[in-house]
Amino acid sequence: MKLTDISSDINEWFDGSGPLADIVISSRIRLARNLAGHKFLSRCSTAEKSDILKKLRDVLMSLDLGDKIFYISVDKAPVLNRHFLVERHLISRHHAFGKGPRGVVIAQREFFTAMINEEDHLRIQLLKGGLQLSQCAEQINHIDDMIEQKVDYAFSPRYGYLTACPTNLGTAIRVSVMLHLPALKMTGQIEKFLNTTRDMGLAVRGLFGEGSDAAGDFYQISNQVTLGISESDIISQFENVIIPEIVEYENAARNQLLSKESDVLDDKISRAMALLRNAHLISSQEALFLLSHLRLGLNMHEHMGASTPAIDTLCRLIRQGSDADKRQGLSIATINRLFMLTLPAHLQLNYGKPLDPTHRDALRAKIIRSALNQDK
Amino acid sequence: MQCQICNKNDATIHLTEITDGVRSEMHICEHCAQEQGIMVKSQIPINELLSSLLAVQPTDDELFGPSEKEVSCPYCGFTLEQFRKEAVLGCPYDYEIFEKSLPLLIEKAHNGKTTHCGKVPSKTPKDSRKQIELLNLRQQLDTAVKSEDYELAAKLRDKIKKCET
Repeated sequence: MKLTDISSDINEWFDGSGPLADIVISSRIRLARNLAGHKFLSRCSTAEKSDILKKLRDVLMSLDLGDKIFYISVDKAPVLNRHFLVERHLISRHHAFGKGPRGVVIAQREFFTAMINEEDHLRIQLLKGGLQLSQCAEQINHIDDMIEQKVDYAFSPRYGYLTACPTNLGTAIRVSVMLHLPALKMTGQIEKFLNTTRDMGLAVRGLFGEGSDAAGDFYQISNQVTLGISESDIISQFENVIIPEIVEYENAARNQLLSKESDVLDDKISRAMALLRNAHLISSQEALFLLSHLRLGLNMHEHMGASTPAIDTLCRLIRQGSDADKRQGLSIATINRLFMLTLPAHLQLNYGKPLDPTHRDALRAKIIRSALNQDK
Repeated sequence: MQCQICNKNDATIHLTEITDGVRSEMHICEHCAQEQGIMVKSQIPINELLSSLLAVQPTDDELFGPSEKEVSCPYCGFTLEQFRKEAVLGCPYDYEIFEKSLPLLIEKAHNGKTTHCGKVPSKTPKDSRKQIELLNLRQQLDTAVKSEDYELAAKLRDKIKKCET
């Protein structure tokens, strides 16, 4: 399997389906594990890293995940392919640009990936669209059990799963939910939201995890405490309290926009449409920023029945714009597709060769224009 | 507390600056902070928090408690000095080798929690499972006593007794 087999379309969890998918983009659960009898990676020689890689790769490739699985040797992969894997949320930046023998096992439908030799020997993650943490937990737990039949994990009765960094100790679970919060941003409430989540001991990151900004109004919320609280308690807090509350705030902000600030909303949507339909050079940051406003408008129409001059124009445009939209509810998928396929590595991989930034900006603008101008 | 600049709004941003050992504080509202061009970092990722804890604390004793700075791990050669620099440990045994020093840091990072609660590998021997259950129950008992929930504390005490027999 080649990366170009998947690069021309969005992955399953980003297709706009799943519970609360208008606001909750994806649910992700990651478990960190280390092999007993080996040092942590910072103290491993290259030979020991290779041993760990081989052992874990063999185990993972033998798993029955109900999907085709393939392996990529990350340290040997071209830089562009590594960027692509990061854009696709299949590996972390740390893994893409780290040191030493390392790899990733990926299920073809991209719901599961296993990073070998990232910060810990093994980091497995499960991704689903919308708010589906319990389902993620059930599946990843099963996969973890299957792996554990074949290897011995470093585990202590007192500290649980032992990790290289003590901040991941215990359950070694990271529960992350990606949210699209454009209305909180537009109504000036995003700082308040960020402060509250911080006070609750949660981490907020941007679209591409640690160190990335909140491009396109996407925010990843995740737990920080992993010791002394069970996996099910963490998940239940997220699924039943934290996320529904944030969704409620975002919905309230959307209602506020509609009832009190519809000019602000229409201005943002109309400007976004005008620029995206006419620009000849567009950076990936600008594309994310503008597409976010279109996504908001469409979702407000679909989920709240919102009708304003700008939203009505946008809906007509999208319906005429794409074959896929003949099927109900797929207009969001069109915007999601533009979000992902215009990211720098996606653009270049699909174009077939590396491009300088100006050519990338031109190609990006062309793809967006052609998707949004089919009525002309 | 009122904002020190406009004297109108509530101060929601509290800045502490330490220059040449002299500490100064400023309490201002969000509006004035923006006008002053003060960027408020809205959240601190835990790894950053750990690195800053490691970098800012003046001595190992303060950071790690009873000093084990002369100790190096017989399995991986790791020392606390290296941990201070890298923020990751050398091998699973380090958690035992530095058993006096690490708990303080672990407690800080995990909201006061010090023992595992949750999944246990299925291969774990029965004795260890029992040990984990007891550790959890004792931690829950501590929390119940601290929050003066004596009804729950009594129930937990019974459970512990039953588990110990």
